[in-house]
Amino acid sequence: MKMLVLVKQVPDTATQVKVGSDPRTIDQTGITWIVSPYDEFALEEALRIKEKRGQGASDEVVVVTLGPERAKEVLRSCLAMGADRAVHVNDPAFEGADTLTAARALAAVVRLESPQLVLSGRQAIDDDMGATAAQVAEILGWPCMSWIMEEAVAEDASSIRVGRQVEGGLEVFDVPLPCVVTAQKGMNEPRYPTLKGIMGAKKKEVRELKAADLQPAGLGTVVTVLEVVALEALPPRPPGRILTGEPKDMARELVRTLREDVKAI
Amino acid sequence: MAGAFWCVVEDDRQGQPKKVTAEVIGEARRRAAELGGAVEAVWLTDRAAPEGLDQLAAWGASRIWLWEDAALAPYRGETWVPAIASLAERESPRAIWGAVTSRHRELMARLAARLGAGLAADCVAFGLADGQLVATRPVYAGKLLSQVRWKTGPSLATLRPNVFKAGEAEAGRAPAVERQALGTIAPATRFVARREEAQTGLPELTEAEIVVSGGRGLKGPENFALLEELAGVLGAAVGASRAAVDAGWKPHRFQVGQTGRTISPKLYIGCGISGAIQHLAGMRTSKVICAVNKDPDAPIFKIADFGLVGDLFEVVPLLTEEFRKLKR
Repeated sequence: MKMLVLVKQVPDTATQVKVGSDPRTIDQTGITWIVSPYDEFALEEALRIKEKRGQGASDEVVVVTLGPERAKEVLRSCLAMGADRAVHVNDPAFEGADTLTAARALAAVVRLESPQLVLSGRQAIDDDMGATAAQVAEILGWPCMSWIMEEAVAEDASSIRVGRQVEGGLEVFDVPLPCVVTAQKGMNEPRYPTLKGIMGAKKKEVRELKAADLQPAGLGTVVTVLEVVALEALPPRPPGRILTGEPKDMARELVRTLREDVKAI
Repeated sequence: MAGAFWCVVEDDRQGQPKKVTAEVIGEARRRAAELGGAVEAVWLTDRAAPEGLDQLAAWGASRIWLWEDAALAPYRGETWVPAIASLAERESPRAIWGAVTSRHRELMARLAARLGAGLAADCVAFGLADGQLVATRPVYAGKLLSQVRWKTGPSLATLRPNVFKAGEAEAGRAPAVERQALGTIAPATRFVARREEAQTGLPELTEAEIVVSGGRGLKGPENFALLEELAGVLGAAVGASRAAVDAGWKPHRFQVGQTGRTISPKLYIGCGISGAIQHLAGMRTSKVICAVNKDPDAPIFKIADFGLVGDLFEVVPLLTEEFRKLKR
């Protein structure tokens, strides 16, 4: 069974993000880059599926990313965690690509690789669009299950049972393979790479693809359907009021203010 | 109708549209007033109550495209996407909008790919630039706002709950219902079961107008009872910080933050939460933010409208008591 995990390199949450000299992009100096956390849940789940099935080298976990040269770092992290090999769609043509262009390119990689299962995070934490993986499924005409919390692949690898999180509960489906699933937080705890894993990652294959390599599938072109006009810093909230003193007085004053001045209740 | 604003209905699975749909229709009406075009509802459900249809009309949907079929519940992309896409190809709406809910997020992504159209997810504002619709959406953990525009129609978007003002409901408007047949679709996916979450009796986190949230300062899972009591008095939902969730005090669905739920209530009360960036990402668009923390240097006080420096174990029961007095 072959599994493809779509990952994205994103700025670390704690890193400071500023608008760049081109206001449509961020200033990349000094940014710490990480694998988007939800994608790590997806990779962890793929590794667990492989381990649980115990089929050894006949099962394969391939990580795929679309991004510039620096995105190789996240592929190395994923290989160190245990992925078998990596595919890097690295072409300046895709710089600033919108979600649909990225989805088309990634769908082309899925066509080239023909996995049984595609996993990804429920959203990347940079632009938070949360659409790419579902769009890959739509382009391929595959079923898709988003925000899954649990899964079990059938023994004959013909289907997967997933529990997807919805408001108020969990919906369980049997989905025939191939399909696309997106991981929600809470489904697992991603492992840390071991030293052996980190050393071994250096020898694993990272295949680089250009836009032209995706063209046989007809999906390597840039189709801009959504355009960023500008990024801007969040307007600061007006300074707040700090209440101190006796707890009883603070509580009374807060409730009075919320009721009478702010009318929040 | 060509050029219409379509509002995909989010419902309570019992035949009634949810409040967030009133907000989506409300914003669509404001934009339609500037750009022209009708505001229409698009409802796929296994059950549409007559009062639900009346409700959509009262909120301002001049027409309701209705698919009512058992095969539509629960939501599956395979059944919903082709239905909406084929009607959209025929009717050429200007915009197709949904809510930021788990199923609408996936639906709108797939629909955008099917139609070759752009999707702006999790929008918090719309406006016009050079006569064109533009949307504003938070990115990078809410540190930046991104203004986007569509290069081709229709303009797909999901709208964050509690951010947009619902349209004034006008009772007595008769719903113009256009019933649509689903056609024969044999979904490949098979629905097995739905497992309900334990009922808390409190509202859903993303829709609640008031949220009371707890963090590491609560010191243990049992102390969430303090917050639940306060939430009960306020009719609020309970949330948790990542620290509290990672410690196993609350299941992940309670998490507010970048890797949890994004909420935008009218009133947010954070108790024993320091206010890490990852948490702020999930609640900074709340209208009024209150924080209770014994550390006067906690970062949450930087964005709080009202900060109470004190021991939450003392302060929270007093707040509960004061709010209870109001109810009497």
